[in-house]
Amino acid sequence: MTDATLHSAQPSRSLLASDARTRRRKAAEKRFRAYGLIAISLGLAALVFLLASVLGNGLGAFRQTFVEIPVTLDEATLDKAGTRDPKAMAKVTTVGYGKLIAAALEAELAAKGLDTAAVDSKAIMGLMSKEAAADLRNMVLADPSLIGQTITFDAAATSRVDGFFKGRVTLESAERDSNISPEQLHLAQAMKDAGLIETKLNLWGFLSSPDASELRPEVAGLGVAILGSAYMMLIVLCLSLPIGVAASIYLEEMAPKNKWTDMIEVNIANLAAVPSIVYGILALALFINFMGLPQSAPMVGGLVLTLMTLPTIIIATRAALKAVPPSIRDAALGVGASRMQSIFHHVLPLAMPGILTGTILGLARALGESAPLLLIGMVAFVKDFPAAPPEGLMEPATALPVQVYQWTQRSDPAFVERASGAIIVLLVFLLVMNAVAIVLRRRFERRW
Amino acid sequence: MSLGLLSLIVLGLAVLGFLAGRQRALRLAQGDARRLHSLPSYYGWQVFLFTAIPALALMLGWAFVQPMIVDARVASHLVLPEGGSLELMMNDVRRVAEGLTLLPAPSDDLATLKTQLSDAGVALGAELRPDVLTAAREYHAESTSLRNILSGLVILAALVGLGVALARINPAQRARNLVEQFVLVLLIGCALVAVATTFGIIASLVSESLHFFQLYPARDFLFSTEWNPKFGGGSSLGLWPLVWGTLYVSLISLAVAAPLGLLAAIYLSEYAGPKTRATVKPLLEILAGIPSIVYGLFALVTVGPLLRDYFAMPMGWGDSSSSVMTAGLVMGIMLIPYVSSLSDDIINAVPQAMRDGSYGLGANQSETIKRVVLPAALPGIVGAILLAASRAIGETMIVVMGAGAAAKLSLNPFDAMTTVTVKIVSQLTGDTEFASPETLVAFALGLTLFCFTLALNVVALVIVRKYREQYE
Repeated sequence: MTDATLHSAQPSRSLLASDARTRRRKAAEKRFRAYGLIAISLGLAALVFLLASVLGNGLGAFRQTFVEIPVTLDEATLDKAGTRDPKAMAKVTTVGYGKLIAAALEAELAAKGLDTAAVDSKAIMGLMSKEAAADLRNMVLADPSLIGQTITFDAAATSRVDGFFKGRVTLESAERDSNISPEQLHLAQAMKDAGLIETKLNLWGFLSSPDASELRPEVAGLGVAILGSAYMMLIVLCLSLPIGVAASIYLEEMAPKNKWTDMIEVNIANLAAVPSIVYGILALALFINFMGLPQSAPMVGGLVLTLMTLPTIIIATRAALKAVPPSIRDAALGVGASRMQSIFHHVLPLAMPGILTGTILGLARALGESAPLLLIGMVAFVKDFPAAPPEGLMEPATALPVQVYQWTQRSDPAFVERASGAIIVLLVFLLVMNAVAIVLRRRFERRW
Repeated sequence: MSLGLLSLIVLGLAVLGFLAGRQRALRLAQGDARRLHSLPSYYGWQVFLFTAIPALALMLGWAFVQPMIVDARVASHLVLPEGGSLELMMNDVRRVAEGLTLLPAPSDDLATLKTQLSDAGVALGAELRPDVLTAAREYHAESTSLRNILSGLVILAALVGLGVALARINPAQRARNLVEQFVLVLLIGCALVAVATTFGIIASLVSESLHFFQLYPARDFLFSTEWNPKFGGGSSLGLWPLVWGTLYVSLISLAVAAPLGLLAAIYLSEYAGPKTRATVKPLLEILAGIPSIVYGLFALVTVGPLLRDYFAMPMGWGDSSSSVMTAGLVMGIMLIPYVSSLSDDIINAVPQAMRDGSYGLGANQSETIKRVVLPAALPGIVGAILLAASRAIGETMIVVMGAGAAAKLSLNPFDAMTTVTVKIVSQLTGDTEFASPETLVAFALGLTLFCFTLALNVVALVIVRKYREQYE
């Protein structure tokens, strides 16, 4: 009896039409595949949504509304003695310059024929940042030859006027706002039509000016934060690269295989997974409390970030060293080099691209890290630029991600725009670093 | 002589030593480097090390010891007022002493001197008292004389090292071995930095936590369900509301990240072609490369208000934009690549033979994945999820900006709750004074966090490693 006769007992059916069970199985297969696709699209959609939200909120920070007025720098008020001596001129305070600007603005409004009946002169001045007078004063003190001339002065508009032209502030919201009135906004609109107010690109201003107080978001910038971050990255690079490479050489090439080496390796693996905030606690207890280093100093921040990046660099360097084939070492040893010589003259240079790639990725991680920096006092309000290294490493500064955090803690919604703008700057830095790492890898990586 | 200048002199001497040593070795070999045991520059390096290392070590040791000696001598001049702290007074003494060196003509009158000092940028905590001034003068004199002795000793040590090393040079000397020995010690020292870091973390956490438990009963910390710090004293510092918040946020984030990450990993490793894989995998990994402050801002500005306006408020579940749900969702997005990348590796490590066997029995692809691949990869996947969980527990910025600050035990995911990391940040930022339990509690919280994450990591690593060995 063959199999064929057994089957013939069942109802005969076309091979081309699938039965219910097969259809169910095929549908399950399709569904399963779809789940995977959905999961991936959800992940990618989240990425797009995240980036779009940051870009949407933050691009405005790179543009700023300015009030453009011709100001005559009157010698009689600014430099009574006529000596152009900066010391004597410094006696004229920002109040004096404020009056000058107010007079110039009112004259200009009258000349353009704009109706200012609904707003008093204080409200007109309220359109401009409180920083404007100080800006003008610094400008004149830096270049006394301006006195007597009529210059076109760009005064930053307040965050509310700025927000009005960017769509963040509306006439309705101004009704409830004690800082701005709808009449002021009407006047601002009229000034814009007359060409006195312009919203223009302010990239350099945003990137270079220092942080400003709670009430002046329109002039707050990233200068100190970028400089502080740069100082810290410098320290991280100078410390973690040599220490990390030395540690990896020992572990990968020199260390005997025993339990001590094992212990060090387990240790490094665990350190890579310690939450960053714990490093902040370590820095607070060790560097600030025990060793007495100053708070908010880039030095301390750099040291913590170094400790945090070390495991990353060690892991990357060991992988790079491992990728160099043993034949290189054997050849060097064969012509009489010592073990140290074979490593430092041959293995290390060949592993360098991999090491550099790992270091750049580690630096990128460190650049975005904020939690440990909060604990070592980097959230302080810092308006003064730190000096050049090495003294500047001990002076208070702040860092890019911490500046973002600080701005989000302030009440004025204009700071949210600035914070998102700062995030864009941070992401651009990270993008560049990662791109360099990828190029390095593509360019110099050797397959043996 | 400042320490910077001193070390420059020592290094200069060492460089001279290098040149002289190299030269001497060559001369002894009559200009023929083949007669030397090592290459000539190794003789130079040897002299360099003998010159620099003892002198610099002496300098470093002295820098630690000198303040102790000076402090002990100066403290005897001080009249400690009622309830005053010696520590604070010593700070004043140090600052005055430093100020005295800055002033061109320090006045003898106390009041004038104080204004002079504050003009020079030295702010004093209290009134300038005569005994503080005497102590400061003494401090100044002591440090100057000690510093001078140090400078002499350091330069002497450098010169002696230089001389001895130069004298020892002869063509048979094994200079290379010596230098390499030193380099090896240096390498070991660098490898031990990692161990020292762990030791530092544990020591600082444990010592300050012990300090905390002396001020605040450990029982209340571990078993109380109330968190209410008051900076006037009488606060209740129970751990549980914070642990609950942490676990709740982590749970939600894993509920987002685990299925999404796992399904993405399955699709990428089993279904996707090489081209899709090469584009989608790095794109997903961008999510892991974005700093957490960016996610924090995203939670605060976008996701929080969105959830409040479209879910919480219409349903009557709450009206706070910072909530466990906000933080959990955003953190879940961040964790997707952590789960997917590791799971992907693990699924790929399952041998093809197992899949082929399953196909041979007539199973289709999804059946093979569900019945054969996943069970085989399960321990590794669990490990990946545990690693993601340890990230979630230790994450700080997202919860600081997205979860809120109110410590409470609630089941509603749209309530603002707080976590261990948030409280560490809030107790330790601003003016911290290391005597109150309200500040020190942060170290106990840090210790809790460290133990939690360490345990999770160790378990996860053990699982992953064990599983990997199975198929190799």
